[in-house]
Amino acid sequence: MGLDFTVIPKYFDIILLGCAYTIGITVAAAILSFFGGIVFAVIALYAPWIIRQPFRMVAWMFMGTPLLLQLFLIYFGLVQVGIDLPAVVAGIIGLGLHFAVYNSELIQTAILSVDKGQMEAARTLGLSRSEALRKVVIPQAVRAVIPPISNNMIALLKDSALVSVIGVSELTLSAQRAIGATYRPFEFYLLAAAFYYVINLGMEWVQRRIERRISISR
Amino acid sequence: MDFELMLKVYPFFLEAAWITIVLSVLTAILGLICGTLGAFARLSRFAVLRFLGAAYVSVFRGTPALIQLFILYFGGPQIGIQLDAFEAGVIGLGINAGAYMTETIRGAVISIDKGQREAARTLGLSQWQAMYKVILPQAARLMVRPLGVNLNMLIKATALVAAISVVELTYTAQRYIGSTYKPFEMFLLAGILYMIIIYVTGRGVAWLDRKVQIT
Amino acid sequence: MTDGKSFVEIRHAQKSFGKLEVLKDISLSVDRGQIVGIIGSSGSGKSTLLRAINDLDPLTGGEVWLDGVRVNQTLPHRAYEKHINQMRQQVGMVFQHFNLFPHMTARENVSMAPIMLKGISKDEANALAEAQLDHVGMLERIDYYPSQLSGGQKQRVAIARALAMQPKLMLFDEATSALDPELVEEVNQVMRKLAEQHMTMIIVTHEMDFAASVCDRVLFMDQGVVVEEGPPEILFKTPSQPRTREFLRKHLESAK
Repeated sequence: MGLDFTVIPKYFDIILLGCAYTIGITVAAAILSFFGGIVFAVIALYAPWIIRQPFRMVAWMFMGTPLLLQLFLIYFGLVQVGIDLPAVVAGIIGLGLHFAVYNSELIQTAILSVDKGQMEAARTLGLSRSEALRKVVIPQAVRAVIPPISNNMIALLKDSALVSVIGVSELTLSAQRAIGATYRPFEFYLLAAAFYYVINLGMEWVQRRIERRISISR
Repeated sequence: MDFELMLKVYPFFLEAAWITIVLSVLTAILGLICGTLGAFARLSRFAVLRFLGAAYVSVFRGTPALIQLFILYFGGPQIGIQLDAFEAGVIGLGINAGAYMTETIRGAVISIDKGQREAARTLGLSQWQAMYKVILPQAARLMVRPLGVNLNMLIKATALVAAISVVELTYTAQRYIGSTYKPFEMFLLAGILYMIIIYVTGRGVAWLDRKVQIT
Repeated sequence: MTDGKSFVEIRHAQKSFGKLEVLKDISLSVDRGQIVGIIGSSGSGKSTLLRAINDLDPLTGGEVWLDGVRVNQTLPHRAYEKHINQMRQQVGMVFQHFNLFPHMTARENVSMAPIMLKGISKDEANALAEAQLDHVGMLERIDYYPSQLSGGQKQRVAIARALAMQPKLMLFDEATSALDPELVEEVNQVMRKLAEQHMTMIIVTHEMDFAASVCDRVLFMDQGVVVEEGPPEILFKTPSQPRTREFLRKHLESAK
């Protein structure tokens, strides 16, 4: 069958649109995973036992199972309980929650390492426990975990390809559409890979800049 | 929660879990081979090999494993590579895991104090002798734990082959979700099996890690 | 063959890292059985000079000869490897931080290289390890791992490891600098014993008393040059150069 890259220009627009979707989904899910991670960390550490323990069980379950399986659960599970979300929303929620659990692990460790002295210092100033957490402990913990969290966000970009399986028209599914019309899987998947690679390089560049800034501000 | 249904379908999940295990083992073996070769390339004294090693790591870690799998399975025939879905899964995931393992292995090797190499070389050992007699035995001990993390990721990544219709755990769960409309039950069944596989491997890695430590 | 060269002969040694010149045209000859000490502040180039002798830090200019053979030859990679491994088998080296192999017992540390490079049998290797470790007073710890030994004990094993290859020349790179003060003497004793057996040694050290007591000749290095050299009783008691006097005075003060 051989290779023929001349078919690409005709479908370039579709692929570019898919690219935009992929970036949008990645950014949205990254934001969700960041704030979700903070919330999850606080629940896992400070919520009453009756909430904390089941929550930890679920988090543990999310870390021990594949993302693809979780996407199926969220997409079909929500439908079952009567919430019919567009695939793209289900995809963002699935990706966001999955990485929120991983981020939460990082943030928990960081909170515990900051907590001891800082919490006491804040409490002696008259701050309440939740104020001390919000104003003193969490900001420091979050700053400490930005490098590993940004690694997770770069991993999230690549895992965003999985939402194509539940029908979100991002980069991978756009490539599949073009393939459906041309029967040229090699060319279009390679093109999609190239786009992912470029976005990945861009994210790594941003990551290095952020890390440099943090290392200066400390 | 429909326990009756779960009891009825769980033998199929068990069978699928076996496929996931076989897939994981084969992928891990291929990943280790690729990772070792990749690490040696990255540590080579030849610039060409170093570049190829770095490119391997960058490209395979910089693009989605799913796309790599699709290129191999769907695009392969165009360049004369005919593989069935299972073979494509093992090879695709193995090469992908190898890129991550390359960095693990290389990291362990370069973390060995340079005095170790110097001491070996001053005794008259060749580069290769210093490597396999002095550096690698020490690096191997440092590798166990991070390779365990790679293995954990790899097991979860085997779910991707569901997208090319290999009948493993995730594919089976997906199929039964479609036919029974019981996503939670099916997720739970597959999830528990994944957790067992991951827990047992985790314990195995921890055991190996203890076993290889220097007294 | 030896064309008038000494046992160890360094000619116009020059070494730079980028623009920084660490060794500036140093020449040195050491006769068989001689013990030469090299002193100087850190950054003076003394360790670099020592490490150039077995080409661990290759020179950028100049020649190193050992027993009539040029050490730092320019050869194709494979030929160089073969040559340098041959040379290094004849030169024992002892490092500041011991660099014992942590995954091997004292016995294995000592017998590994002879087994691999001289092809001796397991029994011979065991006998060799026992003899060498006995020589440094470490026989009863023969099956200990480095992590189970004190610094002084580690260094004695490291010396035994180097001696097991039956070297013609021993290089000591600040062998006692990393040791707690109370452990220095046990290592010095081993080195004195070697001196009595007329081992050719080049010793980089910051211990003036030790250098004065064992060395036939002492070099004072500063900023990549040999400022002064001579017998220890002259160099330490009546140095001719102002820089030497300054160094010795500062050293004496800091020792207090």
